Amino acid sequence: MTKKGYVALLLVGIGIALVIALFSPLASSKPDGLERVAEDKAFVDKGKDAPYEVIADYAFPWVDNEDAATILAGILGVLVVTALVLALGLGLRALSRRAAIAGTNLAGPAPPASAGGKTGPKER
Amino acid sequence: MAYISLPSPALPYPTPLHIPDGFLSGPVAGVGYALATVFVAIAVWRTNRSLGEKSVPLMGVAAAFIFAAQMMNFPVAGGTSGHVLGGTLTAILVGPWAAIIVMTSVVGVQGLMFQDGGLSALGFNVFNMGVITALVGYGVYYLAALFANGQRGWVLPTGVFVASWLTVMLAAFATSIELAASGTSPLHVVLPAMMGVHALIGIGEGLITAAAVTFVLATRPDLIEQPQRVAPQGGLS
Repeated sequence: MTKKGYVALLLVGIGIALVIALFSPLASSKPDGLERVAEDKAFVDKGKDAPYEVIADYAFPWVDNEDAATILAGILGVLVVTALVLALGLGLRALSRRAAIAGTNLAGPAPPASAGGKTGPKER
Repeated sequence: MAYISLPSPALPYPTPLHIPDGFLSGPVAGVGYALATVFVAIAVWRTNRSLGEKSVPLMGVAAAFIFAAQMMNFPVAGGTSGHVLGGTLTAILVGPWAAIIVMTSVVGVQGLMFQDGGLSALGFNVFNMGVITALVGYGVYYLAALFANGQRGWVLPTGVFVASWLTVMLAAFATSIELAASGTSPLHVVLPAMMGVHALIGIGEGLITAAAVTFVLATRPDLIEQPQRVAPQGGLS
């Protein structure tokens, strides 16, 4: 795949995620699995609020419309995690390339003698 | 997550397995951080020597999709909702170790920025939803792919369904043990309840993951590595 192909793949993927984020106000607001169990089994009161809040409950602050607040939070979250993971991925990829050049990648240093298995090592 | 005073019932508050602050005791939370650290370290060690070029954009796509998908709570029976975890799907796309990096990033941003999952529980939230799902989901997918052996049909999608359903159950199982060990709820109470609810949520996870994998295989089969029995060299990517 070409560089252009990678960028196109990325844009399509982010596009799909952003479309999903647009539909996030339609998400079920019923208590989820753990919450339901915590309520039924009477330990929900042990839960504490976070010591600080940035965008709690996926509601973008300073936006009165709940649907818009949720959509904005979703879009921001998608962009933040994507940027974070791309940065990590590019860093790990750069290290992998260096390891490949140095001949220390995982496939590299296996000595042929150790690859023989039960029949014993075969010298080549 | 506001467990005590919900600001508005109309807001989605996704947390099928995101443990909030207060549910885990100090020592249990510490064990969670230790486990998460160990597995993330292994993931970094594996990926910083062998990450393929194709993996970087796929990791970004997976992160974007998983974050958005985790916001979409779907209703299950009994006035309860659930959302996908996505660890199995991510691992199928980018391999188990890169998937741990992706899932840790998603769960980390959810906890630090969106207060979805407590700070003290972040270690176990990463372990339950990122590590268990990626490793077990990939393992079962790998076996299913060997069984399907490159053939089109129902074997692979069924295997993907089973893999992702199983990861939800295991994550719920782990969460129950963590809650019981913290003295939050006795195991004989919390375990059956968690397994019952998540057996249903897992069906949603399984259907969405199988559909997503089938969609990618139909449109871009080059993006998904399918281990085969006749492959010259097998092994985890």
